[in-house]
Amino acid sequence: MNTTTREQMAYIAGQAADARLNVELETEGMTLNIGPQHPATHGTLRIVARLDGEQVIEAEPIMGYMHRGYEKLTEVRTYPQVTTLINRIDWLGSFANEVPFILAAEQLMEIEAPPRAQWIRTILFELSRIANISLFLGDMGVQLGALTPVFYAFRDREFVLNQIEAVTGGRFHPNFDRIGGLKDDLPAGWIEETREVLGKMRTFCDELEDLLMGNEIFEVRTRGIGIIPADVGLSYGLSGANIRASGVDWDIRRDNPCGLVYDELDWQVWTHPDGDSFARYWVRLQEVREATKMIEQLFDGLPSGPIMAKVPRIIKVPAGEAYVETENPLGAMGYYIVSQGELVPFRVKIRSASFNNLSIAPWLLKGVYVPDIITILASLYFILGDIDR
Amino acid sequence: MGLIESGKMPKPLTKLLNISRRYSLWVYQWGLACCAIEMGATFGSARYDVMRLGVIPFPASPRQADLVVISGTVTDKMAPSIVRLYEQMPDPKYVISMGSCANCGGPYWDSYSVTKGVDQLIPVDVYVPGCPPRPEALLEGIVLLQERIQNEDISARWRGEPIVVN
Repeated sequence: MNTTTREQMAYIAGQAADARLNVELETEGMTLNIGPQHPATHGTLRIVARLDGEQVIEAEPIMGYMHRGYEKLTEVRTYPQVTTLINRIDWLGSFANEVPFILAAEQLMEIEAPPRAQWIRTILFELSRIANISLFLGDMGVQLGALTPVFYAFRDREFVLNQIEAVTGGRFHPNFDRIGGLKDDLPAGWIEETREVLGKMRTFCDELEDLLMGNEIFEVRTRGIGIIPADVGLSYGLSGANIRASGVDWDIRRDNPCGLVYDELDWQVWTHPDGDSFARYWVRLQEVREATKMIEQLFDGLPSGPIMAKVPRIIKVPAGEAYVETENPLGAMGYYIVSQGELVPFRVKIRSASFNNLSIAPWLLKGVYVPDIITILASLYFILGDIDR
Repeated sequence: MGLIESGKMPKPLTKLLNISRRYSLWVYQWGLACCAIEMGATFGSARYDVMRLGVIPFPASPRQADLVVISGTVTDKMAPSIVRLYEQMPDPKYVISMGSCANCGGPYWDSYSVTKGVDQLIPVDVYVPGCPPRPEALLEGIVLLQERIQNEDISARWRGEPIVVN
């Protein structure tokens, strides 16, 4: 369905509902309130949908139930303390949240992490991507009524979390990245263990492909549902797998690998021409596979050397402004830091992927049927902490 | 149930009742933030297998639940909904506050939009510390709550007396 017919359909449905309100003994348009606590919304999102029978006339997401005031809190935290806080923005891929902030601070201080630190950063970045997206792969099944995949996801995700914990000491919130390098080196024997885990994750991907992608019900409920044309997606500021599933070949890892070593690897950006819910699922599944391959290449080429550059004991970032964006599991995430040469940042603007990814929801939900709301929201894949911050 | 209302419960009957209540806790999952994922790992994954403790994590609504796990950051905007859903639960009801945010505000202790502790809104039985607590910690919290239920005199609870855990 292209743009014009979709808008026409929504218009006709709206007109019909409004006309019906004036006629006696007819059904009225209904308002359906989803949330703020609903398992299908990945946290505390509330969606108010105006319905005409089974069809959505308009849907409005109401955010702010998870607003914790990050941008204000960073103004009273020193730079090392900020990383503790920003771990918790996108809680499924925590390490990936730290990296752009640290890179922006390093850019202002004009220091560069040693090569080994950059490689380990990239390894952990991709591991957190696997930990994040593998949960999505199971969760999407659960929201469409298939319970098995989520149990597989939780089972195999534990292996990845164990490996992250072995390096950083934290299952969820590593707080491992430092300005100028990393807190610690990799423990002995970790690489061999992780190779085994990567094999398990590849098996997990194969299993899900068998379980879900060949499933007729899954295909019927996802194919052709929630189509995002490339131009519309770009105008709403979509990023990550959501825009790659619409056929846009855009990946910050390849196009601007600032501070991370993606340009030394042999890998591929996956896109899908369809732009529907199925395409978004497919692209994310391929990304997990690609990430396992990337980590193995990173292990093969891991350089030796120090993991920390020379950094003053008390970190004062010189006055200036810097913006660094990386390709996080959910999409493009960036930090705009304004420093005035003090212990704390003067102002931090956080560009998180989910906020923009969700902003297309009112457009996308217009004219769809009620069960498809769940499919579309699940396939857009946002995390509430990443939206509200 | 005239015995309970009159406040006279024979000891063996109390014990029997408490064993039944202890091992059939229907828990409503209130996932708010990071802790929700650890709670999901506890309740949803085969590795931690919460059902061996007699905890059933799948009530369809709070009206069927005995226990609610508040996991994650409680914001001021969310607070009225929490009170409302707590009031919908049938008595006797128990609350586990999971994670530093729900206990006391956690890393957002100086935030303008976060409620510093869910115990300002509803009574809490067990606090599970951690940011986020590991699944094992949540299991420990559930076991502690079960011990508490075992030592509880249901008629005393109906009279509103404080619970004394031996």
